[in-house]
Amino acid sequence: MLQSKSFVKKTKQGRVVKVVREHYLRDDIPCGAASCSSCDAAARRLNADAAAILVIDTNVVLHQIDLLENPAIEDVVVLSVVLDEVKNKNLSVYNRLKALCTNTARRFFVFTNEHHRDTYIKEMAGESPNDRNDRAIRVAARWYQSHLGASARVLLVTNDRDNKRKATEEGLNAETVESYVRSLAQPGLLDLVVVPTSGDVTMEDVEDLRPSKRKVIYIEHKPMSEITSGLRCGIYHQGKLRVNRYNPFEAYVGSESIGDEIIIRGRSNMNRAFDGDIVSVELLPQDQWHETKSFIADDDEDDNEGDVRLAPDSADDAPRNTNSTQSTVASVSSRPVGRVVGIIKRNWNSYCGSLEPMPMPAGSGGVAHALFVSKDRRIPKIRIQTRQLGNLLNKRIVVAVDSWDVMSRYPSGHYVRTIGDIGDKETETEVVLIENDINTRPFSTQVLACLPSLPWTLSPEDLANPNRQDLRQVRVFSVDPPGCRDIDDALHCTPLPNGNFEVGVHIADVTNFVHPGTPLDEEASQRATSVYLVGQRIDMLPKPLTEDVCSLRADTARLAFSVIWEMTPDAHIIATRYTKSVIQSCAAMSYVEAQARMDDSRMVDPLTVDLRNLNSLAKIMRHRRCERGALTLASAEVKFEIDSETHDPLDIGIYQIREANQMIEEFMLAANISVAEKILQHYPLCSLLRRHPSPTKEMLEPLLRTASSVGLNLDASSSKALAESLDNAKRDDPYFNKLIRILATRCMTQAVYFCSGDMSLSEYYHYGLASALYTHFTSPIRRYADVIVHRLLAAALDIAKLPPIFQDGPQLTGIADNLNYRHRNAQMASRASVELHTLIYFRTRPVDTEARIVKIKANGFIVFVPKFGIEGPIYLTSKGDKGGDWVVDEVNQKVTKPGANISYAVLQSVMIHMEVVEPQPHRPKLQLTLI
Amino acid sequence: MEHVNPLTGFRVDGRRPNEMRQLRGEVGVVSRADGSALFEMGNTRVIAAVYGPREIQNRSQQVNLKEALVRCEYRMAEFSTGDRRRKPKGDRRSTEISLVIRQTMEASILTHLMPHSQIDIFVQVLQADGGTRSACINAATLALADAGIPMKDIVTSCSAGYLCSTPLLDLNYIEDSAGGPDVTVGILAKMDKVTLLQMDAKLPMDTFETVMELATEGCKAIATYIREVLLENTKQLECQRG
Repeated sequence: MLQSKSFVKKTKQGRVVKVVREHYLRDDIPCGAASCSSCDAAARRLNADAAAILVIDTNVVLHQIDLLENPAIEDVVVLSVVLDEVKNKNLSVYNRLKALCTNTARRFFVFTNEHHRDTYIKEMAGESPNDRNDRAIRVAARWYQSHLGASARVLLVTNDRDNKRKATEEGLNAETVESYVRSLAQPGLLDLVVVPTSGDVTMEDVEDLRPSKRKVIYIEHKPMSEITSGLRCGIYHQGKLRVNRYNPFEAYVGSESIGDEIIIRGRSNMNRAFDGDIVSVELLPQDQWHETKSFIADDDEDDNEGDVRLAPDSADDAPRNTNSTQSTVASVSSRPVGRVVGIIKRNWNSYCGSLEPMPMPAGSGGVAHALFVSKDRRIPKIRIQTRQLGNLLNKRIVVAVDSWDVMSRYPSGHYVRTIGDIGDKETETEVVLIENDINTRPFSTQVLACLPSLPWTLSPEDLANPNRQDLRQVRVFSVDPPGCRDIDDALHCTPLPNGNFEVGVHIADVTNFVHPGTPLDEEASQRATSVYLVGQRIDMLPKPLTEDVCSLRADTARLAFSVIWEMTPDAHIIATRYTKSVIQSCAAMSYVEAQARMDDSRMVDPLTVDLRNLNSLAKIMRHRRCERGALTLASAEVKFEIDSETHDPLDIGIYQIREANQMIEEFMLAANISVAEKILQHYPLCSLLRRHPSPTKEMLEPLLRTASSVGLNLDASSSKALAESLDNAKRDDPYFNKLIRILATRCMTQAVYFCSGDMSLSEYYHYGLASALYTHFTSPIRRYADVIVHRLLAAALDIAKLPPIFQDGPQLTGIADNLNYRHRNAQMASRASVELHTLIYFRTRPVDTEARIVKIKANGFIVFVPKFGIEGPIYLTSKGDKGGDWVVDEVNQKVTKPGANISYAVLQSVMIHMEVVEPQPHRPKLQLTLI
Repeated sequence: MEHVNPLTGFRVDGRRPNEMRQLRGEVGVVSRADGSALFEMGNTRVIAAVYGPREIQNRSQQVNLKEALVRCEYRMAEFSTGDRRRKPKGDRRSTEISLVIRQTMEASILTHLMPHSQIDIFVQVLQADGGTRSACINAATLALADAGIPMKDIVTSCSAGYLCSTPLLDLNYIEDSAGGPDVTVGILAKMDKVTLLQMDAKLPMDTFETVMELATEGCKAIATYIREVLLENTKQLECQRG
């Protein structure tokens, strides 16, 4: 086995140190070809009757990964030297390549040429590492050819001219990517090929298509050496660029070196940086830090109007307000303004969107240059080349970015794939899912293999388990939204002889079926949450678990994890007990049903009495929680009624919250808090908790400004003070209080998961709930965080061992980050889905309705439509005409037309007309106009 | 860092997870000593010399009159690592390893056969690339056998670690310094008894067992090799005698 040849390599590490490493060469590395009889049969991946076995060069992987991912490219040998080079140059491409190589459906084989006796080569004197690697690739290709003999044709695919020439000289088959793809005779495939950016002529062509007013030339990026030295001596600042979601011409760079956000205005100052890039920024001189008036972003030639969208729920969704508290408009902002001088790390991705409408070029069938408009407004237009323009217009497509030249206004990219027709509900839903990085693939067979055998029934072993208490005789019931199939919580409430109550919260025992380290667990941890779209649900766990085995359905014995309290009639918890259990729910009610039972005084059956007891306890708990300073926040959640056949929305309305909802919520909160205390007590360093950071002054600023302009004084010094002043904010207007609450909710950031070892105890605080500790325990079917917490709690109770992952701090932090990322994406997807359905709904139903002004802008104002929970701009002036004769009063949040005696103030009610318009074919949008 | 390539399953130096580095043993490298040996595990190279049994030099060190006194001194040559640094003689690490080697060897030497005498084992690391502790024990075993000191069995040692969720046999320096657990096992090969077990990190019980199992397998492989070396050596001695 062990080929006894050891080699010595020298490398230099910073200081000149000689590093001696062993390098074993072996003769037992398989070639992976099915036609080869001498190598290990288990490793065979490449087809015997393949037209050619492709040996690919590093530059092919780095630039043409989209092409490689296309199923038309098969039977590829990835050499380990290529793998290493790709890993060092671009980690995201490396990960994609890795996924390709591990995917059993694809025929990609990794050949460890660096450890093969016949393909290992030593660097020659005077040879650069790059040349050496190229030679290694050629040697490996030649070895393949001689190893496989005449039975296969080995083709070296490289875009490196020099490498190709040398290969041909050595008698190898070598081709460029383009010529290889051409030989496959699939025209669609050619669009995927990234054309090397040498053709200056083609770019001129495209510029000519648009009558551009001026030729935009960006400043050349500074070389890396200059950037690093500039960062060191403090001239430049490093940070991640985040583009304003509502105004793509404004971006922020959070810089640690100056402890503030640097604002970057305009594309030329952004200097070709994308959202998410790590950039280095140079500050502009202070006299250029002028505030521009905050327009609704339409002052650009890209005519990206402020779209009508769903009202934001938290500060994370809302447009960032850059106006600080200045009274005179022309004053100098306190926040630094800068421009990008270099990009340290690109965050280029593929993006969903559509082509800008354009006339078909005269010679159809030829190559057309088109501009791609991403659905994500933060992304600039992307220039692509296509041979199938006719097919792609009016389609949603995915495009990847390749480069951005100084001479070109837009980045250039290439087409990746088509999703479907624009405006089509399925297509748009898929766009939403892709944009939010949501995995909708069906569960793999490995994952499904982890499921218990179906139909699942309670086994005698479960009952015999000493850790599992049999609670089947207890009257347990569940209350959920109507039509809920994944019931993960149930309750019981039994009066005790001493006058107290025994209250139990029973949560589906998901961890009994999802074991750590299994493919099922890995998949769930990646997905992290179920995603709820309008009329559709994307599960975190496979359907049998979600809807059957774990779901606490009525009249069926189910496994649960229970938190059981003894409570006094005034809702003080005397004792808390945690146990795994077996329950049998006696009723699965909807909120409406439960509410009806409680309200109907004629009903005195035991179940109704339990509900009433719980409700009275919940009211006390809620009251106490509010006294502690918990905020009652409001959001305008909308609900659709969906046609069962066409799946089109039939009706739209605000989701109604009943007492029964609040009752369930109260006990879930209590259970979560109890569990958080227990796990933190046992595992102070590796518990998964949830915290809600207190909003900063700047975040509450817009709320306070709006409030003071209508003469309301809000005290935001603490959550308790804010809660009280929100309670006192009452006017004759019945909707006023709710509106203020909605605005307050928007100022808050969202709560996040974190690992208890990463923060200090004071930072664990949950602002919104005014609770020192909080975690998620109650929905393990649809949230992975709860699965983790279940495992922690089971370990704390000595029921199960703590999985090893909890001992690995960084990995746990990584899981928490992924949970936050997925959670946020799931929310964004839900909102986008609601927006989409709103559009579909109003397409056939233009409507006049009442709206509230929530923000005043220089050229109009933003209104909120309470009935439909949407928000959008209304323009007072026509486009291009900035300001006009309207005068904006920033202090009083008022816009007035001096001559006409018309004025609009914030929170004022206006009547508007809502209608779907199509300014360009196939690009519908919702428009709001004042009547 | 990927210590085991997830796509090919090879380690950085081209070994599979359950493969050892190349072994080499040579007996009789220091002619003045009573027994001596050179032992290599890959780039780790160790020399051992044994003096004794001989009269006790310092009476105060003798604890038990009926048994031989075993002493051990471990040192790393200044040139043994990449950066050349002067290493003090009595540093903590050397003292600890000296003690570990002494105790491991004592478990195998039939000390009661040699009362009133002492055995000195000197081990010197010529080149360090991870697993010096194990290499020293293996070298000491060879040297003791060369000196003709009666032993119960051959003591061999090997390390194993756990990186990238894979148990790895015989860690080299890069793998050793990756921060994962490092289990060093010493066994009496034929009697299947453990004389040394060290670990410097936490590891869940069931993983620990697989890692230790792997290290034990490694020890047995080394024992087979050492036996071969000794047999070869004996054959040569036989030839020399005629």
